[in-house]
Amino acid sequence: MPEDILELRDVKTHFAIQSGFLVKRHAGSVRAVDGVTLSVRQGEVLGLVGESGCGKSTLARTILQLVPTTAGTVILNGRNLTAASRSELLASRRDLQMIFQDPYASLNPRMTVFATLAEPLLVHRVCRRSEVAGKVAEIMSRVGLAPRFAQKYPHEFSGGQRQRIAIARALALNPKVIVADEPVSALDVSIQAQILNLLAELCRGMNLTLIFIAHDLSVVRHISDRVAVMYLGKIVELGPAADVIDHPAHPYTRALVSAIPVPDPAIERGRRRVVLAGDPPSPINPPAGCSFHPRCRYAIEACKAAPPPLVPAGPAREAACIRLGELPPS
Amino acid sequence: MPLLAVNDLRTYFHTRNGVYRAVDGVSFSVERGETLGIVGESGSGKSVTCYSIMGLIPQPPGRIESGSAMFDGIDLLRCPPKVARSIRGKRVAMIFQDPMTSLNPYLRVSEQLIEPLLIHENISRPAALKRALEMMEAVGINDAARRIHFHPHEFSGGMRQRVMIAMALITRPELLIADEPTTALDVTVQAQILDLIRRLQRELGMAVIFVTHDLGVVAGLCDQVQVMYGGRIMETADAATLFKNPLHPYTRALQRSIPGLQPKGQELFTIPGLPPDVSKPLPGCAFVARCGFAAEVCSAGRPELLTVAPGHAHACIRAQRGEISVAELAKWEAHA
Repeated sequence: MPEDILELRDVKTHFAIQSGFLVKRHAGSVRAVDGVTLSVRQGEVLGLVGESGCGKSTLARTILQLVPTTAGTVILNGRNLTAASRSELLASRRDLQMIFQDPYASLNPRMTVFATLAEPLLVHRVCRRSEVAGKVAEIMSRVGLAPRFAQKYPHEFSGGQRQRIAIARALALNPKVIVADEPVSALDVSIQAQILNLLAELCRGMNLTLIFIAHDLSVVRHISDRVAVMYLGKIVELGPAADVIDHPAHPYTRALVSAIPVPDPAIERGRRRVVLAGDPPSPINPPAGCSFHPRCRYAIEACKAAPPPLVPAGPAREAACIRLGELPPS
Repeated sequence: MPLLAVNDLRTYFHTRNGVYRAVDGVSFSVERGETLGIVGESGSGKSVTCYSIMGLIPQPPGRIESGSAMFDGIDLLRCPPKVARSIRGKRVAMIFQDPMTSLNPYLRVSEQLIEPLLIHENISRPAALKRALEMMEAVGINDAARRIHFHPHEFSGGMRQRVMIAMALITRPELLIADEPTTALDVTVQAQILDLIRRLQRELGMAVIFVTHDLGVVAGLCDQVQVMYGGRIMETADAATLFKNPLHPYTRALQRSIPGLQPKGQELFTIPGLPPDVSKPLPGCAFVARCGFAAEVCSAGRPELLTVAPGHAHACIRAQRGEISVAELAKWEAHA
């Protein structure tokens, strides 16, 4: 049984909202991540899905401690990152790296590919200066970039190639965990498939643990072992990727899955969809109880009382709904 | 006679770095009440096609080199500006991908909604406001009487897209051009907007040109679908045929790249290489560099879009000659 490499315990990340021009007053807070408990096993690909504003990107940043945690702990390989000092945090980045959505914004336009990839090696003193060139060439070929492009700048590459550079940068330190925040959303389908194949191959080859954030469920289903569905800062469903997406338990997951258009007219025109009314509520003032209850067709009075905990919903599955047993089969 | 007939449209951009052939000889037609889907990757020329029809190409650097777009007997590309203005925004309307940049942030939604009415119809302000209010309700905005006086920033993304749809449809156009209207939205909101477009189309009997890169959206919405690549149409067919029996290797490759259609865990089918550089002349087929079936004949001359069955046309010269069998296609897909 592979052990847990990353553990989140009741993690909360709130952002204070201030009002007033000269005298700032605390006017409430955005509860971007509001009590997430999750453990990730070594070598696993965990997909994290949800609509925009559900807190999935903030959760990614919280794991890397790029934003201060309001409460709870993030434990990487036995080390508590929320209590770590600056230097300990820097050291932890050897094991924990991130890939961002937009390869146009996440690469420094003034740095060549070589400089971009050499920087982490030099900062973390992974190898001697004389060995850097060889190491950079090795990383580049691992992600499918010809080493002869090392002296080029990001603008000379296409979107897919830039994302390869970003992946190479994340891999430079041989990390144990990579958090990828929508790494293929900005890419065209044909390029997206290339990058997904690359990520899957790297995970297998290097025993990487990948936290893969996306809003596209078919992409997540393809690449992930397990999937966590977020709604308004909380995980509402968790389980093996294909099970959760093919047979969703939580009413929100059901609605989300049914909203995805299927690229087959015969299926697409025949199926019934659960169209959710309205928009997700504001994370500044989330509804009491289950935060999904105002849009849920199965909501009853009891749903408004208290936030439902994650309860077992089948083999290796959990969902946060008090009416799980009473819902019709999906 | 079709409602809109585009013939040999060529829109080039003349820049310091060369001539970009964004749309390079595109012909198609749309019947009244029909929904035409245009799919393709970024840079395939699908948006520029729509912008050309609407007269929204910045000139310079853009230039419409040739072609015509006959809308109900009037060539939108050549007619006097006054005639074009009387059609655009009245009989042909357009909605865009990003509702935040296509609504004016300074103006109340009410002002923006009634603007097309005041311009195109002989109508008083109060009557126009009444129509605007009805339209807001028709697109499903609750509490419309109050919210009509809001500014765009006070709406969420999905609601803004509804406002934009209301604005486009307020003059009851005969043709709606929708350029990726749901790409920036979440899937649950996308489902709402697609339902809305479907319902309004039925009620108003209008034709729709729906541009998207999402084959799933096309499958549920469109009657006819055309696939664009490198500024050209690769294949066009009714939706069922295009998904069931695509004949152009690019159409097949595009479908095969979608993760949802492939068994989990298996390596995804990928198209090798990159989309073509449209600033270089493409003497042959635009897909030749990435195609598993490319032969000498493919780079020799530009293949024509040939009709192979009623409503089904494609521009693969080898498939037209019967040189690519279905078995061969399957073999390529298995190996690539």
